[in-house]
Amino acid sequence: MEVTRTKVGAPDEFRSRQLKAQQMLRGDLIGPDLDEYVEKSVLLTRFEDAQNWARKNALFPLGFGLACCAIEMITVIGSPRNDLARFGAEAIRFTPRQADLIILSGRVSIKMAPVIRRIYEQMLEPKWVIAMGACSSSAGMFNNYAVVQGADKFMPVDVYVPGCPPRPEALIYGIMQLQDKIQRSPHQGWRERYRSAGTEEAPDRIVAEGGGADLADSEGVDNA
Amino acid sequence: MTDNPGERTRSALKVPYREREESVTASEMAGLDPPAAATDYEFEPEAELLTINIGPHHPATHGVLRLLCTLEGETVLDLEPIIGYVHTGIEKSCEDQEYWKAITFVERMDYLAYYFNSYVYCSAVETLLDEEVPPRAQYLRVIHMELNRIASHLFWLGTAALDIGAMSMLWWALRERDGFLDLFEMSGGQRLHTRYFQVGGVAEDIPPGFEEKARKIIAGMPARIDQYEALLDRNEIWLQRMKHTGVVSREEMLALGVTGPLLRASGEPWDLRKAMPYCGYEQFDFNVPVGTVGDNYDRYRVRLEEMRESLKIAEQALDGLPEGPYITTNRKVALPPRHELATSMEALIHHFKLVTEGFRVPPGEVYKAVESPRGELGCFVLADGSAKPSRVHMRDPSFVNLQSLKRMGEGSLIADFIASVAMLDPILGGVDR
Amino acid sequence: MPDATGLELVAQRVRSAVSEDAVVDTLHAYGGATLEVKPDAVHDVLAHLRDDDDEPYEFLSTLHGCDYLPEEPRLGVHYGLLSMQRRERLAVKTRLGTDSPVLRSVVDLYPTASFQEREVYDFFGVQFEGHPDLRRILMPEDYVGYPQRRDFPMGGEPVLFTFNEHELPRWYD
Repeated sequence: MEVTRTKVGAPDEFRSRQLKAQQMLRGDLIGPDLDEYVEKSVLLTRFEDAQNWARKNALFPLGFGLACCAIEMITVIGSPRNDLARFGAEAIRFTPRQADLIILSGRVSIKMAPVIRRIYEQMLEPKWVIAMGACSSSAGMFNNYAVVQGADKFMPVDVYVPGCPPRPEALIYGIMQLQDKIQRSPHQGWRERYRSAGTEEAPDRIVAEGGGADLADSEGVDNA
Repeated sequence: MTDNPGERTRSALKVPYREREESVTASEMAGLDPPAAATDYEFEPEAELLTINIGPHHPATHGVLRLLCTLEGETVLDLEPIIGYVHTGIEKSCEDQEYWKAITFVERMDYLAYYFNSYVYCSAVETLLDEEVPPRAQYLRVIHMELNRIASHLFWLGTAALDIGAMSMLWWALRERDGFLDLFEMSGGQRLHTRYFQVGGVAEDIPPGFEEKARKIIAGMPARIDQYEALLDRNEIWLQRMKHTGVVSREEMLALGVTGPLLRASGEPWDLRKAMPYCGYEQFDFNVPVGTVGDNYDRYRVRLEEMRESLKIAEQALDGLPEGPYITTNRKVALPPRHELATSMEALIHHFKLVTEGFRVPPGEVYKAVESPRGELGCFVLADGSAKPSRVHMRDPSFVNLQSLKRMGEGSLIADFIASVAMLDPILGGVDR
Repeated sequence: MPDATGLELVAQRVRSAVSEDAVVDTLHAYGGATLEVKPDAVHDVLAHLRDDDDEPYEFLSTLHGCDYLPEEPRLGVHYGLLSMQRRERLAVKTRLGTDSPVLRSVVDLYPTASFQEREVYDFFGVQFEGHPDLRRILMPEDYVGYPQRRDFPMGGEPVLFTFNEHELPRWYD
């Protein structure tokens, strides 16, 4: 029987890492070896960054289709060619209590607007809104009595995806932009801009003049 | 099941919750109050009926349909659909646009069958203008319409099976649909709502690779449809849920004005492509599938067979595609080709007039109807001599078919009723316009 | 479609069956036939065409309204009838004024008219007597006005250009 001995090579090689991990589990690594091991396998970051990273990669979209854009949204969710599972967002929840991303796909008529608002309010914080398509961003081509001229007339929108209907790739790009936004700046300072103090959204918060909340505020008890 | 389920519910329907929920008023919605607590609820001990609201936002992706059901246990006694949640005022908007701009509005009504919407509108305007459509344009229109019919049925199949619980169908159907949408993108530039049909013909000729790709997809489809049938046709669960559920007799369907696969499934062989042919359909050889019993299973089978027949039509149209212009040569109605604009002054003037003002249509009114994937899609155009239509009304099949939902639901279990809604294939964009 | 002479025969039969002045006009254009009747006689004419006529029409394809604004009488209601046996269509239309837009409902003859009459009521304000449940169907129920009449404004917002953007209030003001 032929026995070949291969020397364990550079410390970064997989086999040597495996051996080191075994040693650590047995409690054999002490001293500077242990320090080195810890440094290599631990990532230091701020808590908020890690939290945002987790949030952005595990979005739960609310299944909410209104009109033609819903067909493209279903294509994004379901079609094998462009699918949302790559971004961790394939768990579509149909109840607003368990979702955190609402994709307004389609035209918002005046009869439907209060329904959407009620559903939006049933979602738990933190929540984001993507206005998909021209009709929910700005009423599209329907400048008439029956369509609300843009969903941002009654609810805060984070990302607008233009198109009529937007291609699935465009919607995916919009979701990626939203992920960037979640990672970078989740304060959602637009709530101040919408003068939401005193409403159901922020019933007892006094909005300070001159700018958004600082980091401690956004994640603390002020988010009612 | 009582003998007349509607009777018993009349007295029990005076529950305040139901009366409040039945009427949708804007002022009430502005208050956004959650439903009141049980204090003002009159308890009817002998009725024990439950009124629930299958609300405008619900998982079955048929759009924003709201159903107010009165249940006794699991049996539906009374049912009322409340619509209007995606009403966009398309018909009124069309009155403000020129004739060729209105094509984009009208396309967005029945948003799975967009070529049919634009075809019926263009056909009505062409009738008013007394305009001839060249044969190549007719064949191209037929190809696109039949491919759109297949794509629409595929989407229906995916979502209907999803409602029943057979989730794999959704992935498979969307996979095929991507192929068809690629074809539409090749010819029209966009996957949905392509504005490809224009008054007088089609906007552009098909590009060179279209025919080959279309043949490849058409050749590969029958095997896929066989796969769907293998999965669902003899499936025990599917049969239990579909057979003998949602049965409505043929006479009732006719009285309710239902057309399309629903009517054909209940036994009436009425298809506008065969009965009153339009756009050259008389030259193609295809069959019309007709059901026997009128239950959900028949509706499913009719639509699957329709997909096969549409493949046949599309293939015949591709084989027989004649040469020639793809839009009418009447420059007063159709834009001149771009290369002429550099050489001919007249072409420039026509282009300018058409783009700024549009063509004028002599006064008259006409109603045209075609067979869309859901039934008879009709368009009524009233022209008053100016460049904008005075009234455009689309007789949408889903709007009329929705009236049969009550008959399908009364007396059935709620799960069967959900299956009936899936098989009804309503598209709320068309219902609400 | 019944041709021009066929249409005249139908008109004659309707006149003799319903009343002499029921049929106001006949029109044969674009390959289709239209019978214009007086508003009070609509229900009887449709009943005759469905049941008693030699060439009956048993299917109501469409029921829609129309506003012929500069011409009076202003509102029009069209009934599109279809005979599946003979593969013919016949359109029956009436004209009403906005001062008393009342018609008798045809739901008892054709149950399909239920939703469609509600739509005509919603958008044009035509009252249908005898309809079991005449409410607005597509607009919210306490909406004021009949949107698809020609003198109802289009609504929406004016489009902002640089010349008018200073005049219009914006949401962050």
